[in-house]
Amino acid sequence: MTATTVPGVSGVDSGFWTRQRKTGVVLVALGLIAAVVFGLLATSKAARFAVGETTSGFALSIPGTLGAVLFGVLAIAAGAVLAATGRRFGLWTALSLAAFVASFLCWQVSQAPGTLNTLALGNLAKGSLELSLPLVLGALGGVLCERSGVVNVAIEGQFIAGAFAAAMFGTIAGSIWAGIIAASIGGLLISALLAVLAIRYLVDQVILGIVLNVFALSLTAFLYEQFMQKNQDAFNKPPRVPQWDIPVLGDIPIIGPTLFKANIFVYVALALVVAIHFGLFKTRWGLRTRAVGEHPTAADTLGVKVLGLRYRNVLLAGLVAGIGGATFTLLATTNFNKGMTSGLGFIALAALIFGRWNPVGAFLAALFFGFANQLAFSISALNSPIPTQFLSMLPYVATIVAVAGLVGRVRAPAADGKPYVYG
Amino acid sequence: MIEPGSPDKGPAAPPALVKEHRAAPRRRNLWQLFREEFWAANTFMVTFLAVVLALVAGAIIMIIADPETRATWSYFFARPGDALQASWGLVSEAYANLFKGAIADPDQWNRWFWNMAPWQQALYPISETLQYAAPLALTGLSFAVAFRAGLFSIGAQGQATMGSIAGALAGFLISAPGWLHVPVALLCGLLGGMLWGFLPGWLKAKTGAHEVITTIMLNYIAFHFLTWIVIQKGIQDPSRSDAISSKVDETARLPLLFDPSLRANLGIVLALLATAFVGWMLKRSTFGFELRAVGANPDAARTAGMSVAATIILVMTLAGGLAGLGGATMVLGTAYALTPSVVGTIGFDGILVALLGRARPWGVLAAALLFGALQAGGNRMQSFSGISLELVGVIQALIAIFVAAPALVKAIVRLRESRTGGAAELAKG
Repeated sequence: MTATTVPGVSGVDSGFWTRQRKTGVVLVALGLIAAVVFGLLATSKAARFAVGETTSGFALSIPGTLGAVLFGVLAIAAGAVLAATGRRFGLWTALSLAAFVASFLCWQVSQAPGTLNTLALGNLAKGSLELSLPLVLGALGGVLCERSGVVNVAIEGQFIAGAFAAAMFGTIAGSIWAGIIAASIGGLLISALLAVLAIRYLVDQVILGIVLNVFALSLTAFLYEQFMQKNQDAFNKPPRVPQWDIPVLGDIPIIGPTLFKANIFVYVALALVVAIHFGLFKTRWGLRTRAVGEHPTAADTLGVKVLGLRYRNVLLAGLVAGIGGATFTLLATTNFNKGMTSGLGFIALAALIFGRWNPVGAFLAALFFGFANQLAFSISALNSPIPTQFLSMLPYVATIVAVAGLVGRVRAPAADGKPYVYG
Repeated sequence: MIEPGSPDKGPAAPPALVKEHRAAPRRRNLWQLFREEFWAANTFMVTFLAVVLALVAGAIIMIIADPETRATWSYFFARPGDALQASWGLVSEAYANLFKGAIADPDQWNRWFWNMAPWQQALYPISETLQYAAPLALTGLSFAVAFRAGLFSIGAQGQATMGSIAGALAGFLISAPGWLHVPVALLCGLLGGMLWGFLPGWLKAKTGAHEVITTIMLNYIAFHFLTWIVIQKGIQDPSRSDAISSKVDETARLPLLFDPSLRANLGIVLALLATAFVGWMLKRSTFGFELRAVGANPDAARTAGMSVAATIILVMTLAGGLAGLGGATMVLGTAYALTPSVVGTIGFDGILVALLGRARPWGVLAAALLFGALQAGGNRMQSFSGISLELVGVIQALIAIFVAAPALVKAIVRLRESRTGGAAELAKG
């Protein structure tokens, strides 16, 4: 990404009011809102949080008003500690925000009419992870690309190509494996265009990404209308990935249904996060990739094949993001439809930047987005007084707040987006 | 030409591009002049060839996707004539319809000439093209202005959405005489877009939040806000149960240019004025100079005493206003009522338009006319030849790819080096 820092903007924290302390003050204010506003709006009815996947079974229970105020006070406390000490930023921020969300949930759950006042935490966790799957895979694709110095805005295009190929070839072959392989090849094709045009023909990479998105979206829409729509049974009825239940582990509260009653994509995504993190920071390939992304001239001088490595990484990124595309058609219950990725590729890009170009960071950012999304679903099921449209805005508002407030100035790999020419 | 080591923007020249030319100029005859200057990688030739190549690629996709034509290629070596004839028939008919829908249908002109049809029918294609081009020019200018300041504003979609909301609300909640109502509604659209452009600019300047992320998020927020507001009491059309607002008052609708039966409206005039304004601003005004300075080198701009933060905020606000105006022209000029899809995808299409116009105001207007023509022609191609409108999107994206990669065009058609500056410079800020 080009120009992530703006010179001329007060960039250096100085004196007593460091960024950490300022964030602490904001968190105190948020906590105050939680304690007062949510506390007043909550009812005295119990807010129940079931630990399983359904609302039945064991549940933690707390009176709504008490819970909202209590968690609000906790949020204030954590924020105050941060403002006072200015240290351990991540810990106190996470604690304060978690308490804020808990306070919000106490209000929302306790005000639900009748017997709706139970929130299934297991379902919340499972849904969060599933909704974040394409984002995790897309953001990992972005990490592979951008760490070696090629900006990947074409994640959306890789998604839609993957989703289309998975639906088409998964249906024709009648197997999810064929679908997944076809999806990764679909993502690879878009990546190949990205690689050749960016590395060989030196096209501005942000623009190229946007254009490739339009290209992939229109081409799949065109093919959808020419082939699929006329014969849905033959081309657009992909098999669905099964859910694997692991007997004992699956009954663990909250984590059980999330990790051990999951589908193949969950395991692929988690494995890839670990593998790419390990690869990037512990192997020779990772060191070279980072070198090429930060200072290609130096890497070249030391004998690293800059362009070859870039080609390889961009193509790998296409494979990974293409699998992310397969989650749209092989996991959800909907068949392929034109434009079905609805901009999630851009959210994956945001997760990548929010996660500071780091595989684990990108994973957490994607998870955060999935959580905000699932929270919106869960709350609208509670008959919330907040209109669903505003709940749908939640993930986007949260991302803006996070990017503006918590991350601040992020630094892309130094050579990100700059073509390298030998000589 | 930008040095490979210089930051950001603009692909660097490969060594081949900066090769030494003949030192001493020599006299050339007309043919040599044509060969060496015109048939070279200059801006005009690259743009022209990009369109041609995209149309060729579109034709290939069309042939592959048509089952009957595809079948004739299976026995190509036995009877090549069949395949070529079928392909030519398919493609020529489709592109003929594209042309007739975008520019002029000779039949209609003929009928008008012999008094068999009213003049409106002859002018219909042009009117459609202008109608589609107007909002595209405005969102294209929006992207171009931010781009010249070194900012990637992906937010034209959201800004246009907010502009359309504000414009439509002013259109049916306020009542005023016609001479006042139209400007007021347009102004509201402008302000709606400006607000949505100010936010990412302010966030970027104050917290360093990356404008690509914030503008994308604001696009979604605007969209969800639109889906909420169209179903509110007093805004939703009382006679409808689906998500559609009341129609804007007659007095607030943009006047039609030619005739009540033709959709071309004041929007295109507005686009023309906006282009002239942006052109003047970038070239002649102090602010335009600061804008370009910030885009070219923010450090140098700051050293020279310019406020980078203030410039960023102003640029984004201005870009938002232009896109907001684009959204307002759509709802006040053609749609007349808010629906969740009222602005279509003009925000994203605007990016392609700005790219094709090389982020220069008059170039953007020309590119918008071309894209508008493709859109209008695509409609006719869909209904007359049964080619999905999505093909137009593919062609538009391909044009943009070829324009962004002049080296690719050069490699395909073996253009010469341009002696007068390469076409590789997309946007020297």
